Amino acid sequence: MSHSTASTDTDPGAGAGTRTGEPLVRLSHVDKHFGDLHVLKDINLEVSAGEVVIVIGPSGSGKSTLCRAINRLEAIDSGEITVDGKVLPKEGRALAKLRADVGMVFQSFNLFAHKSVLQNVTLGPMRVRGASKKKAEERAMELLNRVGVGNQAHKLPAQLSGGQQQRVAIARALAMDPKVMLFDEPTSALDPEMINEVLDTMVSLAKAGMTMVVVTHEMGFARRAADRVVFMADGAIVEESTPEEFFTNPRSDRAKDFLGKVLGH
Amino acid sequence: MSEYLSDYASLLSQYDVLGAFWVNIQLTFWAAIGSMVLGSVLALMRISPPASMRAVGAAYVTLIRNTPLTIILVFLVLGVWSQLTISFTDDFNQNFFIYAVIGLSIYHAAFVCEAIRSGVNTVPAGQAEAARAIGLSFLPAARLIIFPQALRGAITPLGNTLIALTKNTTVAAAASVTEISALMKTMIEFRPDVIIAVFLTVALGFVIIVIPVGLLTTWLSQKLAVKR
Ligand SMILES: Nc1ncnc2c1ncn2[C@@H]1O[C@H](COP(=O)(O)OP(=O)(O)O)[C@@H](O)[C@H]1O
Ligand SMILES: [Mg+2]
Repeated sequence: MSHSTASTDTDPGAGAGTRTGEPLVRLSHVDKHFGDLHVLKDINLEVSAGEVVIVIGPSGSGKSTLCRAINRLEAIDSGEITVDGKVLPKEGRALAKLRADVGMVFQSFNLFAHKSVLQNVTLGPMRVRGASKKKAEERAMELLNRVGVGNQAHKLPAQLSGGQQQRVAIARALAMDPKVMLFDEPTSALDPEMINEVLDTMVSLAKAGMTMVVVTHEMGFARRAADRVVFMADGAIVEESTPEEFFTNPRSDRAKDFLGKVLGH
Repeated sequence: MSEYLSDYASLLSQYDVLGAFWVNIQLTFWAAIGSMVLGSVLALMRISPPASMRAVGAAYVTLIRNTPLTIILVFLVLGVWSQLTISFTDDFNQNFFIYAVIGLSIYHAAFVCEAIRSGVNTVPAGQAEAARAIGLSFLPAARLIIFPQALRGAITPLGNTLIALTKNTTVAAAASVTEISALMKTMIEFRPDVIIAVFLTVALGFVIIVIPVGLLTTWLSQKLAVKR
């Protein structure tokens, strides 16, 4: 199946047309500084099509920066990042085009505050993909229904709960038929009772075959949906393993220490 | 007292006070449009990705904001018009009027730019990031996402700039435009008997012009509120 037909496809994972053998996302020897601070240290990471990778680690370890580097919301100092075999363009149209193929869900939702829920979801397809209003709205309603907020389509984001807003943000990203979805702590700004509705949406997305990179501390989600856990500390990848192995039998001291603190509560 | 009033009445019939005010209103109108357009472009430059664009925008604002308006107008009339003999029309007065509009626009564009930029600063950074993340490039992101939300925060400083512009149209006298302050000078010279009434008339005229601007901006900033 080619990517261009994916706009009519209800299965999000199936749209990711990739070359076989090539990882969908590849970071090699990526380094990044903020001034004197070395936030990403020689990061090497490959994500295959359909894979769900969890990035976990203490606050300030560079997880967000890693996530944001993948669609170049942060520029890197050295190394190389490729998405679907193509090196990230530096700027301009080519970069915008690449970003359209990489969905991003933020901790603070970042829904367009002056646009209705429906407009939030149709804006990208209409302005970036050139979809007709009718097509874009049909598809948007389908996605909003799938994440369970179809009945809120004509409200403004501020009228929705946090959990609903985050599900709209997921629908907005899906409307672009992304090849890969990045989630940066999608549930950490939510009240506890709303976390599961968002995680459930993400689990069903994972089950449908979407390629996902998820920064999260939600172990339940990691166990239910993740193929691999990447543990970061101080800007470096310290450990990579399966969720089960990581949570029950971490190898590094940093990971043991971190899990002890997180699980200790 | 009644004698003073009849003197004042003769002043109004002798000089076209309303006509002069009308010139100020026209100057305000055209320069508001001019400075809005130029100021928006400058604001775009100041938030755009290329460092060179941002530098040009910043240099413009710093230079123009720190130059007295009179100097800009005199430079346009004596420098550009007299020396370079660049004219827009054959009509002498029309030409001065156009130069005054250009000078007022150039000057106030710097303030419009800063007003818009302060509005942009009220928009959370996440809005621009989300726009970029769905593949919008800089100009569509600015037009569709940033500016509409920035407008609300920019309304009050824009209103202040408009009020300043309205009053600054009196400086157009320096560009030989016969507006109200030029007329006021004439009236003071030839009718010193009603000098206080002349001042009060001109002051009151500006109050009447400016008050609706204040009301409009208050109303707009409420109407344009973006809920978060
Ligand atoms: N824009 C920035 N400017 C300077 N330092 C930053 C910036 N963004 C993040 N940092 C710093 O980089 C480090 C890694 O940040 P981040 O990637 O957000 O970590 P995490 O998401 O794992 O908590 C932190 O020390 C943070 O303070
Ligand atoms: Mg973070």
